[in-house]
Amino acid sequence: MSAQNLVARAQRWSKEQPWRLFGSQISVLVRNEVRRNLLTRRRIWIYLLALVPVLIILTHVIIDRHELAAPAQIETDTQVLAGIVQLYYFRLGIFFACMAIFTWLFRGEMVERTLHYQFLVPVRREVLVIGKFLSGVIIAIAVFETAVLGCFCLMYSRFGLAGKSYVFDGPGLSQLGSYVLVTALACLGYGAVFLALSLLFKNPIVPGVVLMGWEAIAPIFPAWAQRLSVTFYLKHLCPVSLPIVGPLAIFTIVAEPVAPFIAVLGLLCLTIAVLALSCFLIHRMEITYTAE
Amino acid sequence: MTPDARKIVFENVSKFYGEVLGVNKVNFSLEPGITSLVGPNGSGKTTLMNLLTGLIRPSHGAIYVLGLTPRQPIEFFRQVGFCTQFDSFPPGTNGYDFIYWPLRLHGFGSHQAAKLTNEALDRAGMAQVAQRKVAGYSKGMRQRIRLAQAIAHHPSVLVLDEPLNGLDPMARAESISLFETIAKQGMHVIISSHILEEVDRISDRVVLMSSGYVVAEGAIREVRKEVRDHPMQILVRCSNAARLAAAAFELDHVVEAKILNDGHGVLVRTRDAEQFYLLLNKIVSDGLVEVDAVAPADDDVNSIYQYLIGSDSGPA
Repeated sequence: MSAQNLVARAQRWSKEQPWRLFGSQISVLVRNEVRRNLLTRRRIWIYLLALVPVLIILTHVIIDRHELAAPAQIETDTQVLAGIVQLYYFRLGIFFACMAIFTWLFRGEMVERTLHYQFLVPVRREVLVIGKFLSGVIIAIAVFETAVLGCFCLMYSRFGLAGKSYVFDGPGLSQLGSYVLVTALACLGYGAVFLALSLLFKNPIVPGVVLMGWEAIAPIFPAWAQRLSVTFYLKHLCPVSLPIVGPLAIFTIVAEPVAPFIAVLGLLCLTIAVLALSCFLIHRMEITYTAE
Repeated sequence: MTPDARKIVFENVSKFYGEVLGVNKVNFSLEPGITSLVGPNGSGKTTLMNLLTGLIRPSHGAIYVLGLTPRQPIEFFRQVGFCTQFDSFPPGTNGYDFIYWPLRLHGFGSHQAAKLTNEALDRAGMAQVAQRKVAGYSKGMRQRIRLAQAIAHHPSVLVLDEPLNGLDPMARAESISLFETIAKQGMHVIISSHILEEVDRISDRVVLMSSGYVVAEGAIREVRKEVRDHPMQILVRCSNAARLAAAAFELDHVVEAKILNDGHGVLVRTRDAEQFYLLLNKIVSDGLVEVDAVAPADDDVNSIYQYLIGSDSGPA
């Protein structure tokens, strides 16, 4: 088949089946972005950020390998794991990793002066946003789900039969399921927010830090305001609650818990709304590298 | 107004970067063929090309390319290929992937995209080095791989921002031949270049720009005729130069008739070339002079550029 025929056939196909074209374009974008960004030297610090708790727990497992397991110790370690996930991963690890991954999707290409290649192909800019967002989500989820799974396995493996029983006969598996779900939702929520920030601001680091501050102090605000933070929904989906300690405890307003499906729905709605904003913003974007 | 589906139309287009003028009140329409954008640095050539391809939006006015706008990206970018001046590439990419992945976004399957990629690499003379990282390419190779990407999907409109920069003479000749072939197929080729001799040789028409304004636009000879401040220069190689010079001086519109150093020709500067050619015909038919060759000496892009824009800043 001649080149002209190939071109004509592709044009006909895209006119007749635009949704299939969008699907195919998203798939190509995701594959290309993941291939380019998952295993690169620039991402090493993200892998380290995700693996630090795993390495600490691994060290602990190696040093305390002869310690006798006890049910009380399992309860304590369950609290420790909850602390690692809720305080380290949600507030620091996933937050900063998503900041790095998602702000780089468009702003990074602007810095590297390669974004025009993405704007010169027959792809709707909304499709570009969705494709890039999904590639970021896949990278973030792959890294942090692996890390959370690693923490969980190492945490209970050192208890031998007692640990196995806690995981398979007790609440362990359901807790793991919750952590997997919450980690994925955290990547989605923070990812969408950082993607939008990168399209709104030339330097998204400053609004990112403001967002971090907001996520930290949101618990001292009234319940309705707390609903505007990602952590609010994540906290209510976590299987183990952490006691509120420290100076913030006296200011903290305990909001009424939300049902899990509302929390999931709330986060998904927030993600979709912010993505819609990104789709709007991308149409205003111009290639003016010299102004960056 | 229904946009013409064969033309590229700029309707009162202006672009401001804050308070800085990019281009102002640009109005023209281009037929298929090779059009050259010529002007000094900062005259607005790249801005015009970026506007044309939707990389930036006009502050005022509208642009139609074959009746389409960049707001219809699927149809638009199937028709348009843009080889930009930005000498940057996605990190770690090789020549083959640089062309292959955008083709996949066009909706081509893997085999079709591979076929078109190989064809584009062949046309640009890059097939031998396609598997090498672009970061290791010379400037000329980077220029050619960008050109290969721009033509890979067989666009109807090819926009080339300084496409001859960094190319050796052989590659330059090959690229020009490629542009001419594309233009002969009834397509639009829009080139910005500072190599005026080559622009002059291949262009069907020219758009002269200065300080964000279109100074002149049209077929090169037509534009030259419009430059009335500078009399046309006509070089006549003939047997009796003194006789021809004397006859030419009798005409009011001839401002200068200079006999060439070798005595076998006259350089005439006239405000009415048509009248001078009539005189020349008469002299020849009367047998007073034998003419070997007649050629306009300054209806090229370079002369028009010098007359309209001047040589202060030089083209870029």
